[in-house]
Amino acid sequence: MAQITVTVNGTTEHHDVEPRTLLVHFLRERLSLTGTHVGCDTSQCGACTVLLDGASVKSCTVLAVQADGASITTIEGIAKDGQYHPLQTAFWEQHGLQCGFCTPGMIMSSIDLLRRNPSPSEAEIRAGLEGNICRCTGYHNIVNAVAAAAEQMRAAATPAHVN
Amino acid sequence: MYPASFSYSSPTSLDDALALLAEHGEDAKLLAGGHSLLPLMKLRFAQPRYLVDLRRIANLSGIERSAGELKIGAMSTYAALAASDLVRTLVPMLADAAAQIGDPQVRNRGTIGGSLAHADPAADLPTVMLAADAQMAVVGRRGTRVIPAQAFFVGMLTTSLAPDEVLTEIRIPLADAREGSAYDKCRHPASRFALVGVAASIRLAADGTVLHARIAVGGMGPMAVRVAGAEAALKGHAPTAEVRHAAAALVAAAVDPQEDLQGTVAYKRNLAQVYAERALASAVHRAGG
Ligand SMILES: Cc1cc2nc3c(=O)[nH]c(=O)nc-3n(C[C@H](O)[C@H](O)[C@H](O)COP(=O)(O)OP(=O)(O)OC[C@H]3O[C@@H](n4cnc5c(N)ncnc54)[C@H](O)[C@@H]3O)c2cc1C
Ligand code: FES
Ligand code: FES
Repeated sequence: MAQITVTVNGTTEHHDVEPRTLLVHFLRERLSLTGTHVGCDTSQCGACTVLLDGASVKSCTVLAVQADGASITTIEGIAKDGQYHPLQTAFWEQHGLQCGFCTPGMIMSSIDLLRRNPSPSEAEIRAGLEGNICRCTGYHNIVNAVAAAAEQMRAAATPAHVN
Repeated sequence: MYPASFSYSSPTSLDDALALLAEHGEDAKLLAGGHSLLPLMKLRFAQPRYLVDLRRIANLSGIERSAGELKIGAMSTYAALAASDLVRTLVPMLADAAAQIGDPQVRNRGTIGGSLAHADPAADLPTVMLAADAQMAVVGRRGTRVIPAQAFFVGMLTTSLAPDEVLTEIRIPLADAREGSAYDKCRHPASRFALVGVAASIRLAADGTVLHARIAVGGMGPMAVRVAGAEAALKGHAPTAEVRHAAAALVAAAVDPQEDLQGTVAYKRNLAQVYAERALASAVHRAGG
């Protein structure tokens, strides 16, 4: 067993984990944060994307012990004071999801994308979401949602980085 | 999918990491970004009993210019390389390649040292290291050695690193004003690895002819290779479209692709031709030609 201390969505957590525990399983099974999904389990689909010290990572390809000392943000941690994050609102309003399985990962990747580039072009949005696969939407409305959120966030000067 | 059980440490000094490698021998593996090793462990293709994580060791990441070379810490991520002004201005082909590896999440985790030590035949950075004539600084319990890129890569997934050594730094000799470099790749549509990747570094004389060229190709055989014939075809000539076309044809003739779902041997040779021409055209353009 290894002792880890991580800050997840602003709360500090101390846990004993087996070194082979993947970050996604730690989040889902130990912390019951099941918004982070496992799609492929082979580092391809991005459904498991979370922010690790602000950078998007596939949590099925990170060990929980590698996150010791880090700050993690999951989809559960981005709404503030009962208000959805602008990306959550935009995915809803632009119909950026159908079954919703890919959506948490899409939104976490989009947060990292908008942190690096607050005014992405359509091509830049598509490139920024290359690590996320959607089996339903055909991506069109996802791209629209990210563009709409970017515009809204620029207008409101919302920092993309959530904590 | 869980990896098989293992023990884990994240030492804070290189000496401690080397001691752990010595103590655990064959059972130990270094862990960098984990984006080759962890997928292999989840599939149980690799079952190391001991992981030595390099992430807490100071001075293994960072990019700095000093005395005619660019020094890159082995733990620098692709995202850091792609965002670095030093890399973009001094070794543009490395910035080209880093920005095209995998996807943003992979680039946030994967490291230059891990990629080079892993030496995947379809990886991008080994190809760039050959064209950059990079030197690999490697530390073991017997001391430090510096290995030129051409001697570092020895075969498919095989380098001249000993199992108890750590790659700590990559040193790239700096271009002078009339040198230009570029990397271009055809990405596998699903994995994003290189179906073919070509790196070219071109130095022009005052009269606009090629003083010397280094061209490397990856993804088309067991390991990335320099193509001396193509380099010689450029040397002493003005790098016109015809000359570049002829050099690219020598790249296409030198590769050893296998037929698979992605295409026939002829199709892949054509890819090598096209991407070699593209890399050469941008390298010449960046050299001011
Ligand atoms: C979805 C996906 C897409 C990808 N696409 C691409 C792509 O387009 N192009 C590409 O080139 N790669 C691609 N990769 C591979 C990726 O670049 C890996 O990050 C890289 O191959 C390994 O680097 P790492 O830092 O993750 O190393 P790790 O996985 O941690 O280690 C890899 C190996 O190197 C050894 N090692 C690591 N660091 C050192 C060191 N400093 N000294 C000695 N040995 C060391 C480890 O022991 C291990 O054997 C992709 C990976 C994934 C998951
Ligand atoms: S579940 Fe992690 S990338 Fe698909
Ligand atoms: S909405 Fe169903 S996978 Fe994207």
